[in-house]
Amino acid sequence: MAITAIPTIMLKRKTVMTDLIDALTNPHFSFLRTALLMGLLSSLAFGITGSLVVVKRISYVAGAISHAVLGGIGAALYLQRAQGLLWMHPLFGALLAALLAALIIAWIRNTGFEREDSVIGAVWAGGMASGLVFISKTPGFVDPMSYLFGNILILSTTDLVLVAVMDCILLSVMILRYNHLQALCFDEEQAKLRGINTRAYYTLLLCIIACTVVLLVSVVGVVLVVALLTIPAAIAGWNAKSLATMMAVASLFTLAFISIGIIASYIVDWPVGPTIILFAGSCYLLVSVVRRFRSG
Amino acid sequence: MGNPPVIVCNNVNVQFGRTTVLEDITFTVPGRETLCVVGPNGGGKSTLLRVLLGLKDIRSGEVRILGQPPRAARMRMGYMPQYFSIDPMFPIDVEGIVLMGRLQARGTGLFTRSDRSAAEKALEEVGLLAHRKERFMALSGGMKQRVLIARALVNDPEILLLDEPTAMVDAHIEAKLLGQLRELHRKMTILLVSHDAAFVSSLVDEVLCVNRTAVMHQLKRVEDDALRRLYGEDVQAVIHGDHCHSHNHAKAEDRDD
Repeated sequence: MAITAIPTIMLKRKTVMTDLIDALTNPHFSFLRTALLMGLLSSLAFGITGSLVVVKRISYVAGAISHAVLGGIGAALYLQRAQGLLWMHPLFGALLAALLAALIIAWIRNTGFEREDSVIGAVWAGGMASGLVFISKTPGFVDPMSYLFGNILILSTTDLVLVAVMDCILLSVMILRYNHLQALCFDEEQAKLRGINTRAYYTLLLCIIACTVVLLVSVVGVVLVVALLTIPAAIAGWNAKSLATMMAVASLFTLAFISIGIIASYIVDWPVGPTIILFAGSCYLLVSVVRRFRSG
Repeated sequence: MGNPPVIVCNNVNVQFGRTTVLEDITFTVPGRETLCVVGPNGGGKSTLLRVLLGLKDIRSGEVRILGQPPRAARMRMGYMPQYFSIDPMFPIDVEGIVLMGRLQARGTGLFTRSDRSAAEKALEEVGLLAHRKERFMALSGGMKQRVLIARALVNDPEILLLDEPTAMVDAHIEAKLLGQLRELHRKMTILLVSHDAAFVSSLVDEVLCVNRTAVMHQLKRVEDDALRRLYGEDVQAVIHGDHCHSHNHAKAEDRDD
């Protein structure tokens, strides 16, 4: 039995690999190549913004912003379909909601008007709830699943262009204000003593997170985006000599996670977003355990 | 002590919400002195330092640093925050942290050659020049603390404020470093916070005891050999009554009775 089983598995694996190569080269299957290109483009944004999120320890803020995005998407869909506002594209609504959430959280933190974590929790759940209400009131069928968990396989060229633009903006901000953002993340009081407007930079940081999250929701969705922001950066940060190295290494890890995740999901026929996150999460766990044993 | 005062506090009151943290603080520090701020945990020592730096607004009273309001005098002060307020795992090298003390708010904030040579000089003063390119996270706690002292020194400050510089190392190692700094920067005024110093380094000129209110205390030279051996250097005793404990809600170590 065992002897006959081995060739069958090998045979099956061989067909899967040939299938995959076929799929990657077949002109009718361009979605797979688009998805991989999106992985390449988005990994830079994930790496840069994710590293900032990790060193500033505000992944919960990124979580709140990304969940608020669903509110924006829901409201935009509702206005588009129920109210006939055709210019109200879901992406536009998402961006407005994310920036609104970022500004609210930054304002609360800068003024100390309310407890920051309570507001973050309210923005998080409130965004999600309003999104689901809007979607339920939108005529026609809207499947919230692809917004919640992403679907990199239904991307348009516009999505790719927007992410490329975001990469350029992020790179420019990093080139022009790297030391200021680094000082903000390392020691805010020291930055303040050097005359840096830390409130303005914190608001800028949250707006960067908001824009990145909106564009990357198409890759892994509202719920999973935080994982892909933080996991690669967390792994990259363990041994990095500088924030810039951490960003570069995090981008490479993101690229690997997305590409391998896409291919794996094609082979095992799992939903793409969760496959990417499960793969990234397993690697994180594995590296943590290895590191733990090494350091004794 | 004929130096003109560099720090003047007049009837300063500070509140967090409705809680008064510092009440009616009045003291002056003459230039070139070394002042040790002592008092129990939660007594307001770090808050006082943050007031002097202009990081915390006061409710009433007046603070003048080098004849200016604290915010205007910021660039002339060097500050080492409490060790536990920074992330020890931040991905940055030693030189990168020291350079942060030279960061300019305007422009791209890129560092010049003179910034780098100032960073080298500051690292040399704390004995870490050889570790300049090492990762901050790989250093020991005591070394990390010295990197932060170098960052406070890098801008050639007229006033140096150190919050708990002995948190990660033995007091006598820190006193040795303090002695070296004193030698190198004779014109500098130094303020250091210690959470419970009954005995302070012989380099300290005056002691300010802070526990909601503040009282300047006299020092007495310690002649006890056993104590000197225990602290590894010449020490002085703080002579004070029960002021530091009179308002004390938190626990206080009674070593100084």
